[in-house]
Amino acid sequence: MKILYGMQQPDEGTITVNGERIAFHTPADAIARGIGMVHQHFMLADNLTVLENVVLGAEKLYGIGAKARTKIKEISDAYGLNVRPDVLMEELGVADRQRVEILKVLYRGAKILILDEPTAVLVPQEVDALFDNLRELKAEGLTVIFISHKLGEVLSVADEITVIRRGTTVGTVEPGSTTSKQLAELMVGSELPTPETEESTVTDVPLLKVEGLHLSQTDLDGIERIILDEISFTIHKGEVLGIAGVEGNGQSELVEAIMGIRNPDAGVISLDDTDISHAPTRRRREAGVGYIPEDRHRHGLLLEAPLWENRILGHVTERPNSRGGLLDLKAARADTERIISAYDVRTPGIEVTAGSLSGGNQQKLIVGREMSHRPKLLIAAHPTRGVDVGAQAAIWDHIREARREGLAVLLISADLDELIGLSDTLRVMYRGRLVADADPATITPEELGSAMTGAATGHLEHAEDDDR
Amino acid sequence: MKKLTSRIDKERLLLGIAAPLLALVAAIVVTTVVILATGKNPGDAFSDMLTYGTASDSQVYILNKATTYYLAGVAVAIGFRMNLFNIGVDGQYRLAAFFAAVLGGALTVPGWIAVPLMIICAMGVGAVWAGIAGILKVTRGVSEVISTIMLNSIATAIIAYLLQPGKLAELQSGGTVVSTKPLPQDSWFFSFDTGAAGVLWGFIVIAVIVGVAYWFVLGRTRFGFDLRTVGQSETAAAASGVSVKRMIATSMVISGAVAGLIGMPTLLNDSHQFSNDFPSGIGFTGIAIALLGRNSPIGIALGALLWGFLERTTNHLEFQGYDKEILGVIQGVIVLCVVIAYEVVRRYGLKRQQQRVGAELAAQAAARTEKQEVA
Repeated sequence: MKILYGMQQPDEGTITVNGERIAFHTPADAIARGIGMVHQHFMLADNLTVLENVVLGAEKLYGIGAKARTKIKEISDAYGLNVRPDVLMEELGVADRQRVEILKVLYRGAKILILDEPTAVLVPQEVDALFDNLRELKAEGLTVIFISHKLGEVLSVADEITVIRRGTTVGTVEPGSTTSKQLAELMVGSELPTPETEESTVTDVPLLKVEGLHLSQTDLDGIERIILDEISFTIHKGEVLGIAGVEGNGQSELVEAIMGIRNPDAGVISLDDTDISHAPTRRRREAGVGYIPEDRHRHGLLLEAPLWENRILGHVTERPNSRGGLLDLKAARADTERIISAYDVRTPGIEVTAGSLSGGNQQKLIVGREMSHRPKLLIAAHPTRGVDVGAQAAIWDHIREARREGLAVLLISADLDELIGLSDTLRVMYRGRLVADADPATITPEELGSAMTGAATGHLEHAEDDDR
Repeated sequence: MKKLTSRIDKERLLLGIAAPLLALVAAIVVTTVVILATGKNPGDAFSDMLTYGTASDSQVYILNKATTYYLAGVAVAIGFRMNLFNIGVDGQYRLAAFFAAVLGGALTVPGWIAVPLMIICAMGVGAVWAGIAGILKVTRGVSEVISTIMLNSIATAIIAYLLQPGKLAELQSGGTVVSTKPLPQDSWFFSFDTGAAGVLWGFIVIAVIVGVAYWFVLGRTRFGFDLRTVGQSETAAAASGVSVKRMIATSMVISGAVAGLIGMPTLLNDSHQFSNDFPSGIGFTGIAIALLGRNSPIGIALGALLWGFLERTTNHLEFQGYDKEILGVIQGVIVLCVVIAYEVVRRYGLKRQQQRVGAELAAQAAARTEKQEVA
C-alpha cells in the first residue's frame, strides 16, 4: 500500500496502471497517475474550513477562490458526498471528516482510491453511509482499493477480494462465492477465531471501583471543557467491562486517569479497596495494573530500542528486570526470549528494534509483557487494532485465559464485535459520560451504535421491547 | 536465529563506526580544498600534524586538554540522552570554578580535605545553576535552551562583578592580573611527572571515573533506564510510570554537577587561581564533542582526544606559515558532517533492519510451509 502510494520503493515486481508499467518514487508521482490515498489517521487542519483543507497543497489546480468552491460542490454533488465547503473542520464529526478526505483525493483528480481501514472509527450507521458513497464512486467509473480487517464489510462492499497474509497474496476470491468463514480461514491459515467467551467467570469481589470521576480541562481560549463527568463503575474479579463509544468521547482520558497519567479533579478510584486516585503511575503498575495502550507507538514501546529493553519498559522496578536499583540485563533478556516463544512474537531475535516488527507482533510483545507480571487489572484499549486476524485470536485467548484466573479487565474498543464477544458487562460512553448499559449476550452492534451517537440512553434492551 | 542476531549487531557496530569515519574523511577533503585555496601544500600540513601531534610532549598536552573536554562532553551528553539541550554548561562550569577557587583560597585546612571540598563546591554550584533552568522548564515550561543561554550571560556578569579587588578577588603582585586568592600548594591536585614530555594532570583519573560512572548509571541502573526512556519517548515514559518532570529536573541537576567539574583540572592542576584569563567557551566545545562521540562514554573520549589533537597540531601549523583559522574550519566541518552522517546512517540502519527482519520472517514462513507439505 505504501509502495502503491510512492512512499516506499519495491525491491522487485512491477506496477501497471491502465496497461502502462510505471514506478513511483514519491506520493506526487502516484497522484499524477491518478492514485489517491485516504489515510487511517486523517490529515486535516482543524482551524481551517473544508474549502481551505481541500485546496491546501493543490492551489495550482483551481485556485483558492470561487473556482475551487464550484469544483468542490461539483464533486460533492456528483458522488453524493454532501460536503459543505465553508464549515470549519473542527465542527465536523469523524464521518464528515472522512468524506472531506475522500473529496480531497478526488479534487486532485484521483481515479484510483486507496482507503486504509476507513471504518475503524465509524459507527455501523456511518459505515453504511460510507459504503453508499463508495458504490456511488464505483458507479462513476472510479476504482476503489478497500483495505480492512473486518470481513463482513469487505464482503458487502467489494467486487473482488484479495487476501494478503504475512506479505504475500494467499488468494483472490469473489464475494458472491465465498463466506466470511472461508475468508477468515484464508486470512489466518487455520480455523476461524471468534471473540465469544464461553462461561461467565464473574465473581462478586469488586476489584476496581471508580466513583464520580470528573475531569475538565481549560483550553487555549480559556473555556473550560468537561472531558469526564460522573463516571462510576465497578469491575469485579474475573469480569470484563467493555466500554463502547465513538472515539474522542473521553475513553482515552478515562484510561489515562485510571493509569495515573492524568490527575482527576474529583472522584475516587480504588483498586482492591486501596484509594489510588492520586497515586503515581509507577505505584499503580506495581500494585498490579497492566496496560495495553491504544497507541502502542506513542505509549507502549520505545521504537528504536531493542525488544529486551521494551520488555523492561513499564516494569523496571519489578523482577526479573531489576534487583534493588540495578538492572538485571541477563534475566531481562532471558525473559524476553520466553515471552517471544510463549506469545508467538515473530522476530529473528531480541536485539532487533521494536520498530522493525509488524504491528501484530509489537502488540503480542506488549500483551506478553503486561501479562508476565500477573496483573490484577488489565486496561486494554483497542487491544487488537491494526493487528492481523491470527494475532487477534491469540490476544483474545490470552485475555480470556487470564480472566478465568480472576483478572479484571477494562476493555475499550471500536470493534463492536470484539466488545460484545469479550465483555461480561457493556457500558456506552458519550461526551464524557457513561450514558447507557447493555447485556452483551443479547445486544447487536446496530443497537449499540445508536447509543454511541447519543440517540439512545439508559438500559438498552434488545429488539421490539425497546420502548425507552 | 543466533546467527542473524549477531549479524545485525556486527552491522550496527559497523554503521556506528561508519558515521564518524565518514565525517572525518569529509572534513579532511574540505580542509584539503581550503588549504589548496590558500595556495599551500595540504600534504605537508597533514604530515606535519601527524608527526608533531604524536610527539611525546604533544601526547601529554593532548591528554590534559582531553581531560577537560571529556568532562564537558559527558556533561552535555547527559542532557542529550534526555533530549535536553544544556547550552548552559559553559556558564555552569565557569561559575563553579570561580566559587571553588574562592573557597580554596580561603580554606586553611590540609589539602586532603580542601581538594574534595572544592570539588564538591564546584559540583554543587554547577548543579544549582543548571537546576534553575530545570525548575523553570518543569514549572513554567521555559525552554532550557533559552534559559541556559541567559544563565550563561548572568554567570559572566556575576563573575565580572565579584572578580574585582575588594570583592572576592585581589590584585596580583604584577599589578596587571586580577584573580582569586591563589590556592596553597598543599591544595593542588596530584599529577604525574613524565620528565621532558611535561606534567600529566592527575584529574584524568577523575575523568575516567566520571566516564565509568556515566556508563554504569545509564546502562545498568533503573534510574538510567528511566532517563533513557524519557529521552526516547516522553509519552511512553509517562505511560510506563516515569515522572517525566522530575526526571527532567534531576538530569539537569546531574548535568550541571558534572559541568561543575570541567574547570577543576585547570584550577587544581594548572592555574591554581581563577583570573580573567580562565578558559571559557569549553561548554560549547562539549556540545561538539558529545555530538561527535554520540553520547557514548567511549565515543566522547575519542572525540575529546581528537579535539585536543587538532588544537595542538593546528597551533603548530601556524608556525609553519599556515593560517591558524584552519582549526576552526576543520572543527566546524567535522561537527557539521557528523550530525549529517549520523542521521543518514541511523535512518539507513533502521530501514535495513526492517528489511532484514522482513526477509528473515518470510524465509521462516516459507520453511515452515515446506515442512508441512513434506509431512
